[in-house]
Amino acid sequence: MIFLDSLIQGILLGGLYALFAAGLSLVFGIMRLVNLAHGDLIVFGAYLILLLVSLLNLNVFVATLVAAPFMFVLGWILQKFILNRVLGDDILPPLLVTFGLSIVMQNVLLETWSADSKRLSAGALETASLTIGPINVGIMPLLIFISAIVVILVLNLIIYHTSLGRAFRATSDDPVTASLMGIKPKNIFSVATGLAMIVAIIAALYLGVRSNFDPSIGPARLIYAFEAVIIGGLGSLWGTLLGGIIIGVAQTVGATINPEWQILSGHIAFLLVLMVRPRGLLPRAFD
Amino acid sequence: MSYIVKVQTTASRMAVIGAAILIPVAFVLPLFASRSLLQDLFFIFTMLTLAQWWNLLAGYGGLVSVGQQAFIGMGAYAMFGTVILLGWDPVPSILAGGIAALFLALPTAFFAFRLQGAYFAIGTWVIAEITRLTIAQWKQLGGGTGTSLPRSATRDMMFVDGIKVLFDTKTSVARDILAYWLALILVVLTIAAIYWLLRTRRGLALAAVRDNLQAARSVGVNPNKIKWLTFLSAAFGTGLAGALIYMQKARISPDAAFSVVDWTAYVIFIVVIGGIGTIEGPILGVLVFLLLQSILASYGTWYLITLGLIGIFVMLFAPRGLWGLLTENTGIQLFPVQRRLFMNKKLSKEK
Amino acid sequence: MALLKTQDLTAFYGNFQALFGINITLNQDETLAIIGANGAGKSSLLRSISGVLKSPSESILLDDKPIGHLDADEITSLGIAMIPEGRRLFPSLNVEENLMIGAHGKKQTGYWNLNNVYDLFPALKEKHNQPGTSLSGGEQQMVAMGRALMSNPRLLLCDEISLGLAPVVIKNLYEAFPKIKKCGASLIIVEQDIVQAMKVSDRVCCMMEGKITLSGRPDDLSMGMIHAAYFGEEES
Ligand SMILES: Nc1ncnc2c1ncn2[C@@H]1O[C@H](COP(=O)(O)OP(=O)(O)OP(=O)(O)O)[C@@H](O)[C@H]1O
Ligand SMILES: [Mg+2]
Repeated sequence: MIFLDSLIQGILLGGLYALFAAGLSLVFGIMRLVNLAHGDLIVFGAYLILLLVSLLNLNVFVATLVAAPFMFVLGWILQKFILNRVLGDDILPPLLVTFGLSIVMQNVLLETWSADSKRLSAGALETASLTIGPINVGIMPLLIFISAIVVILVLNLIIYHTSLGRAFRATSDDPVTASLMGIKPKNIFSVATGLAMIVAIIAALYLGVRSNFDPSIGPARLIYAFEAVIIGGLGSLWGTLLGGIIIGVAQTVGATINPEWQILSGHIAFLLVLMVRPRGLLPRAFD
Repeated sequence: MSYIVKVQTTASRMAVIGAAILIPVAFVLPLFASRSLLQDLFFIFTMLTLAQWWNLLAGYGGLVSVGQQAFIGMGAYAMFGTVILLGWDPVPSILAGGIAALFLALPTAFFAFRLQGAYFAIGTWVIAEITRLTIAQWKQLGGGTGTSLPRSATRDMMFVDGIKVLFDTKTSVARDILAYWLALILVVLTIAAIYWLLRTRRGLALAAVRDNLQAARSVGVNPNKIKWLTFLSAAFGTGLAGALIYMQKARISPDAAFSVVDWTAYVIFIVVIGGIGTIEGPILGVLVFLLLQSILASYGTWYLITLGLIGIFVMLFAPRGLWGLLTENTGIQLFPVQRRLFMNKKLSKEK
Repeated sequence: MALLKTQDLTAFYGNFQALFGINITLNQDETLAIIGANGAGKSSLLRSISGVLKSPSESILLDDKPIGHLDADEITSLGIAMIPEGRRLFPSLNVEENLMIGAHGKKQTGYWNLNNVYDLFPALKEKHNQPGTSLSGGEQQMVAMGRALMSNPRLLLCDEISLGLAPVVIKNLYEAFPKIKKCGASLIIVEQDIVQAMKVSDRVCCMMEGKITLSGRPDDLSMGMIHAAYFGEEES
């Protein structure tokens, strides 16, 4: 029973990790950029929501909505003025720039918010739960999981059924030929990062509601997210969800055996999948 | 027409002469220098060692690792382990640290090399986390809170008595002098080894692997072998440095020994600011780093913010770093590794 | 007034110079064929015009306005479309999406739309759902042509449409040109197949080593002259 319970908790936790990862997966799929500051951008988002909540006395969900356009613009600016300048054949510059950004963001947050841990409050929703037969499921984890699925559905809808998504895919395939079609690859990249930041603010909301956060936790979340992206198969959002679930389940099952093994089991699951399926569980056909 | 291949430059000949003077001076320095200067230099030498190895990986080999703290921590913990559990002397235990790091590098490379390009960086990071979490389970070495070197081990350390007599000084000063010498030996050997490696055929092959995998294969270079060789030697060197750093600190904890900021972020900034892909760059970088630290260290977070911003700025506007700016304007090279072609006029006329 | 004019156009790949002072003029409704051996610089010329290769502003004029400095996407929006060498379809787009992306961000004004492209190349209609790269070479070339037409260009640049295709397929593709011209596009056609090029064009330019070595009306040029321009003086 305990195992069934932690299995379900793990699957639901996987939804949160998929939300952390979906933005990364999108950005990597379109411009082959690995953004090491993604985790810190999510943490920044959580503080932004916190700020809006305390400043305007908003509900956390409304605050997220208010923050979303701001995050889009932030992502767009970040891409246009910094990341677009370092994208190229050499992987070193974007990695180092985003790594530097990660360090800067952590410390700016530390300077402005101190190291005390904070939390977002979703009111009664936090403790509400649902009983299905012998199993008790929290409404919040369920909501997170459903949000992850909705986010992936919407992203796939954009990617596969809009002209913007067509431009995303064309640019990802071949930026030079895409520019012959009248597409500006750099603009496409900026829009994509903006979109990824909207996903990041949703992830930030649930990060803050589900557990405490402080300025230093970004990199750890980033690692889970990357693990989900890699074992899911690069470029596949459903694969990312599957990857997130595997990490989540490994963590909760590990924790039921020994609480100190929680994080470790997630990482080991990652290595095991990587060993068996080096290209991930749902790799793209070409590339 | 015939050509002569030269790697030497006037500046490099001066660098050899400079080194021939500087190294002996550095060795006898403890006779004159203050204890705090020796401690600063210890810091410079160990950070420079780490920077050189990371530079070999990322700048020459294109292997951008953000998990080098795994080898620092592994080296340091292996040193503590052999001292505490096996009762070794700390000095030979440093070697055990290097070897332990080398062994950790085998599975690390096995996994991380499966990941392409930028994801290699994530792979190394994951392994570092796994190592940290695993070692934090090791209760005999203090678990998550860490442990200290036993007093007896630090007191009776090899060579310390000799140094005490030679310099007529206290044990603690003698330990600093010993650590300083070991760090000096380590950094000199590191630079010599990397310089040598880059000037052999393997070094050329390394650059070929970074620049163009396909081309490297087609001219018969085995990119895998080169990558393994580079990664393992960097792990060994980093492990030695980690063990030495923690011999000096005499106190260890998993969070400190596997800190991504202390052992990877700083190192990356040193290399990037100084100039990636050159041996001179990290030397310049570590000096800038020390300077910034002495100005800003008391401001904690601002120090890191400044370092990060400078790093980003350099990548955006001067991707070859300070040393790159310098050579662009002067053409100086202290450690030339490119072969330069000179046409041999006389021979070509005869022909 | 000339539709397109290049003035001492040069082009570089890093330090390597591919074009040395090219001067060509194309009038409205005209078809210009560019021929030349491998590596002569034909594709580089088209890449410069289409903005993939950067050029000095004044070295390319469209309607007497300098466009050399513009990016490829800006040039496309001025009505210049290119069928690139090797077709370059987008592998993650199906046939229909490959066609539609040709009209990306443009207001539809002109004859060419999805239906009319399918009328021109009926073979594509039944395969509209397949990945572009799963088609035969000839069909892929049709997609590439259709994709370029979807932007209703005033000037269409075609780089070696016949490359690697069987003669009957080539004939098929070339039969589309009268229709394309009738719908208002002027053409620059790069072609290795000299006979084909002479047949469809109003004027021919021959390139060698980044320079124009010969130009004139097809009827005025003898095979000997072309041969000399193609391979250099000594071999003629
Ligand atoms: N991307 C590139 N980088 C460097 N040099 C290039 C590049 N593309 C072409 N070149 C060089 O520029 C010159 C002209 O090439 P271009 O492709 O324009 O020739 P072409 O006339 O189209 O030849 P082909 O008939 O083979 O297509 C050649 O010497 C070629 O090697
Ligand atoms: Mg060509």
